[in-house]
Order: sequence, then C-alpha cells, then structure tokens
Amino acid sequence: MRTILFIIRKEFVQIFRHRVMLPLIFMMPIIQLIILAHAADYEVRNINLFIVDHDLSQYSSRLVGKFQASAHFNVVGSAFSSKTAFDEIQQGDADLFLEIPADFQRKLLRDNGAGLQLSVDAVNGVKAGLANAYATAIIQDFNEEIRTEALGPGAGKLPLSIASSNWFNPELNYFTFMVPGILVLLVTLVGMFLSGMNIVKEKEIGTIEQINVTPIRKYQFIIGKLLPFWVIANMELAFGLLVGWLIFDIPFVGSLWLVFGFAALYLLVVLGMGLFISTVTETQQQAMFIAWFFLIIFILMSGLFTPIESMPPWAQHITRFNPVAYFVEVMRMVLLKGSGLMDIKRHILVMLGYAMAVNGLAVWNYRKRS
Amino acid sequence: MSNQFAIDIQGVSKRYGKDVQALDEVSLQVRPGELFGLIGPDGAGKTTLIRILATLLLADEGQATVDGWDVRKDYKQIRRNVGYMPGRFSLYQDLSVEENLTFFATIFGTTIRENYDLIRDIYGQLEPFRTRKAGKLSGGMKQKLALSCALIHKPSVLFLDEPTTGVDAVSRHEFWEMLQRLRQKGITILVSTPYMDEASLCERVALIQKGRILSIDTPANIVGSFDKPLLAIRTDDMYRLINDLRQFESTHSAYPFGDYVHLALDGPIWAEAVHAYLVGKEHTGIEIKPAEVTIEDSFMELMSKE
Repeated sequence: MRTILFIIRKEFVQIFRHRVMLPLIFMMPIIQLIILAHAADYEVRNINLFIVDHDLSQYSSRLVGKFQASAHFNVVGSAFSSKTAFDEIQQGDADLFLEIPADFQRKLLRDNGAGLQLSVDAVNGVKAGLANAYATAIIQDFNEEIRTEALGPGAGKLPLSIASSNWFNPELNYFTFMVPGILVLLVTLVGMFLSGMNIVKEKEIGTIEQINVTPIRKYQFIIGKLLPFWVIANMELAFGLLVGWLIFDIPFVGSLWLVFGFAALYLLVVLGMGLFISTVTETQQQAMFIAWFFLIIFILMSGLFTPIESMPPWAQHITRFNPVAYFVEVMRMVLLKGSGLMDIKRHILVMLGYAMAVNGLAVWNYRKRS
Repeated sequence: MSNQFAIDIQGVSKRYGKDVQALDEVSLQVRPGELFGLIGPDGAGKTTLIRILATLLLADEGQATVDGWDVRKDYKQIRRNVGYMPGRFSLYQDLSVEENLTFFATIFGTTIRENYDLIRDIYGQLEPFRTRKAGKLSGGMKQKLALSCALIHKPSVLFLDEPTTGVDAVSRHEFWEMLQRLRQKGITILVSTPYMDEASLCERVALIQKGRILSIDTPANIVGSFDKPLLAIRTDDMYRLINDLRQFESTHSAYPFGDYVHLALDGPIWAEAVHAYLVGKEHTGIEIKPAEVTIEDSFMELMSKE
C-alpha cells in the first residue's frame, strides 16, 4: 500500500513538474468547450441563394420575397440564365439556386400547379440536405398561401397537419446537446493518452528497466500509474461541467452523482485501453499512433457529431463496442433528461464488462521480464 | 539451496530470433565478495548475461543462481537482494537527485538514512546538487547517482552493465575506486566493460566474445598465458606497416595498439631481423621496442584462436 502511494506521489510530482501541464489541464476544457461547442453547430444559417426568375410575375416575386424574409437564406443575386446561376455555385458564391419558369404564374392560375427547380450544391451533404429542407418548407408555405387566396380560407390547409415540440431540449439548443458530449471527449483524451504515453515513456527512456528489478509488484505499478490519471480525468470532468454550467447554462436535470459514478467506471475502460496500448508498443510515437487510430473511430462513431440512428445497420453494430458512445448517451440522458440509475443500467453493465475485459487483457499482457 | 558461489551460471544459452546466438552455453562462477569483470567487445553478450541474472530476461537453456536463488523461480528474492545499474542511464530525468534516491529507497522499503553508510562516499559528492534534476547532471554525476540508487537497499550482489561507457577518464578512475571500496564492504560485484584496461582492476575476469567465454582467470594469469615474444613497432607509414608485418614469415599476429603495432612472433626472433625486413620494405622512421604484454594482447590472441 505504501509502495502504491509512493508511486502515485512520484507520478503527480512528475506530471505537474512539467510547466505546461497544470495550465493545460485547466485550459483544455475551457478552450475545447468554447471552440467546439460553437463550431460544432448543425443549424445552417446564411445559405446563399441565387435566383433565376424567368417569370417576373407577382407570384414569383412573392416567392422570392419569402426566401428573402427567411433567416436561413441570403439572396446573393439574380440572373436570367441558369448557366450564370450554375457558375455562381461553381465559384462557391451560391449554395443553391431557385429557377422559376417563365409561365409560373399563368400555369398556377390556369393549371392549378406549376414546376420549380431547386439546384443544390451537395458537396457538403449535411448543409445541402438542410438547405433543401428549408427551401421546400418555404415553397410549401407559399403554396398554402396562394391556395387560400384563390379558393377561400381553409382550402389551403392540408387535411392533416403535424405540429412538433422538442422535449428535454425545447429550444433545440445546440450547446445543451453538444457540451456534455464534448466533455466525454475531453475525459477520454486525458484517460487514454496520458496514461498510455506515461508507461511507454518509461519504456522509451529505459526507466522501466530499473523499476523491473525492484520488488514492485505488477499490480502496484499499474495502480500507481493509472490512479493519478483517473483522478485528473475526473477533475477535468468536474471542471468541464462547471464551465458548461457557467458559460453554456447546461441543465443538470439528473443526478451528478450518477454522472460521476458512470465516469469513474468509464475511465477504468479508457485507462485500461491506454495501459493495453502501452504494453504492445515500445515508443511514444507508436503508442500515439495506435491511440489516435482508436480515438478517431470512437469519436466519429460516438453519436456526438452524427446520430447513431442514422448510421447504416452494420455501423450501428460497431458502435455497440464503442465506450465513447455509451458515455455520450449517458451524459445526455442524465443531464438533459434526468434519467436515473435504472435507465442506464444496461450502459453500466456493458462498461463493467468492458472494464474487466480490457484491464484483464492489459495486466495479462504486461510483463516485467521478457 | 546452499551454494558456495554468489553467482553460479551453468550452461546458459539465449537466442534472439533465428540468427542471433547471444549466449552459447555460458558457465561461470563468481565467489562471494569478488569483483568480477565481464570483458568483451560490443555485441559479445555481456548485457544479455547481466539481464538474465537481474531477472529481466529468461534464458533459453541452462541454469543460474544469484545468492543461491534461482533466476527463473526465485526472481522475487533476487529482485529484493540485488542492485542493478543498466548500461543506459535509467533514472527519472525530471526528478531531482534526492527524489530519485528517495523513490528507490522507498520501493525497497528502506530510507536514505538507514543505508547512508554504504553510499556515503558516492552520494556525498552529489549532495550539494541534491535539488538538481537528474537530467541536468553531467555524465559522471549521473553515474554516481545511478550507483547510489542501485546500492540504496544494501544489495548483496551488484550488477553493473558497462558503467563507464561514455564517461571521462577521471570519472572512470574514480568509479573504479568506488567499486574497490564497495568490495571491501563485502558486496559481490559483477561488472561488464568493453575497456580492456579496466580488466586489470578486477580480481578475476571472464573474456567473452560472440556469446562464448574464452577464458576465466585472474588478470595476471591471463597476461601470463601469453607466451610469445612481443614487439611494439612504429614507422612513418602505419597502414602499410601492418600489411607488411602480416606477410613477415615469423609473424604470429600483428594488430594496432595505440600509436604502435603489436607484433607477436613465433619463436625467438631478434628485433634486428624485423628491422632488416622493414628496411627491405622501404619503411622509414622505424622504431622497434619490446612490449609489455597486456590483457588486450592476451584477448587478441584468444580471439584469433577461436
């Protein structure tokens, strides 16, 4: 026990001796939260719209007016040829163009229907999808208006209308949604990188040779190595939550105890992975490379940036093995929805199994002699 | 298991992969309290042997005991009772001198004060710098710190793997004096070195090459086993000199030795005959003198017999 305490003390001395470590540990959550939470915002505003109006009628200008009035669209220009509009898209000055045919108003009045063309730059698929959806909604709205005018009140309404309201995040606030997830990344980064790098560093500079000929037991060394980072990562989480609360007004609907309880378990998994990586590598460079490989996959498939539900089925199966996905979900469930212990029971059991498997493998693979 | 030897190695072999035979049935015994030298060029297998004895590496074949403990089964006892100083500086560079020493004392369940007697000579010189980070020490001071850390738990056997490699001549000399004093305190010391001149400072040495022991004896006996006349020769054209001497009919061996070429001869040949031969080969500035046999000459001789 005394030995473990002493190793831990030594680790803390070494970690904080490095001048950048302490500031970095506290700056990291602030910087990451502020930059990422603002940048990782899916709401698309200021879509640049180009108009090709061949009709120049009362109706067509009303439609253009509706687009101008929308917060989502910026009308950046207009022309009479679709080629000009296409060039605008090519140059990146416009994201989409709306082409109104010459007989738009006449057809609407005479044939009770007319065609419109929307051409969307789909290089950025997410933005294109949203632009398309927003534009369609505006056109539909316009459609209803003119039907009401032409056929009398009530006629324009479709027989069934859907009104939606967003639960647990009523204003669809992206900060509320993103910040808990970003905190997961932060904790994962600290757990997986710092722990893995730390042990490999001992290998790289040869200090492990000297340690291995001492009576230090395997478990003492491993606990002594991992515990400091477990503590630091938990402190990061606490600090990050505080920042999230102060700056982003993140709701704390559920129990914080539950969040930290799960984090404690989750960190065992992440630290175990770091430890395992350190047992299969010889240099910090190798460890870094492997850690990044896993981290990128874990993060991109965590449901933080793209919903897991919209992934193809095979990818959804893969996310079942992604610890980051579990923690992101738990953070959102507990903080935003107020889920209790029983609601995240499955997550806890999976993490428990994961922690035992990963750490078991890492300890088994750690050798004091070759 | 009782054993009269502090270190007893019987037929130890170790391979790395398919091609590298690092150790080939090595056997040697070190008596308690002995200062034993493992002498050989780089890649001879010195480090491998020490790592096996320090329980860092498992031998493929053979048996070895340290202080009577088997390196394979009783590694826990060995780790508690030996000191090991790896060839590469292996202390925490970002910890201070004192923090390093305290750390190693603590993990052995002791304190600096408890065993201060043993390291007084060595650590005493470091104490003025005890708050300095280990990474900022000079080579000689690093080596003293490493030795202090290896000694802090009062080991009965000390393994030193090339402790003087990369250390200046003065520090090397000091270091060997420290080893002599440690020996007087009853600690068995196994030290490896590529420097032949350090062999004479050991009580007994083993000459090792390509994983095999060539000879185990006292330095004096190893030198004494060299039974050929030996000349030190110098001329203005040293490169041509070696080639010419190797073609001389009575030459047993010729190899560079400092500023001279050492020439071992088969049978009693006068220096005048060699001189005449070299004059015939148009050498100028010829200097020939009888050479005192050193352990390096013996080693070259043993190597050439292999």
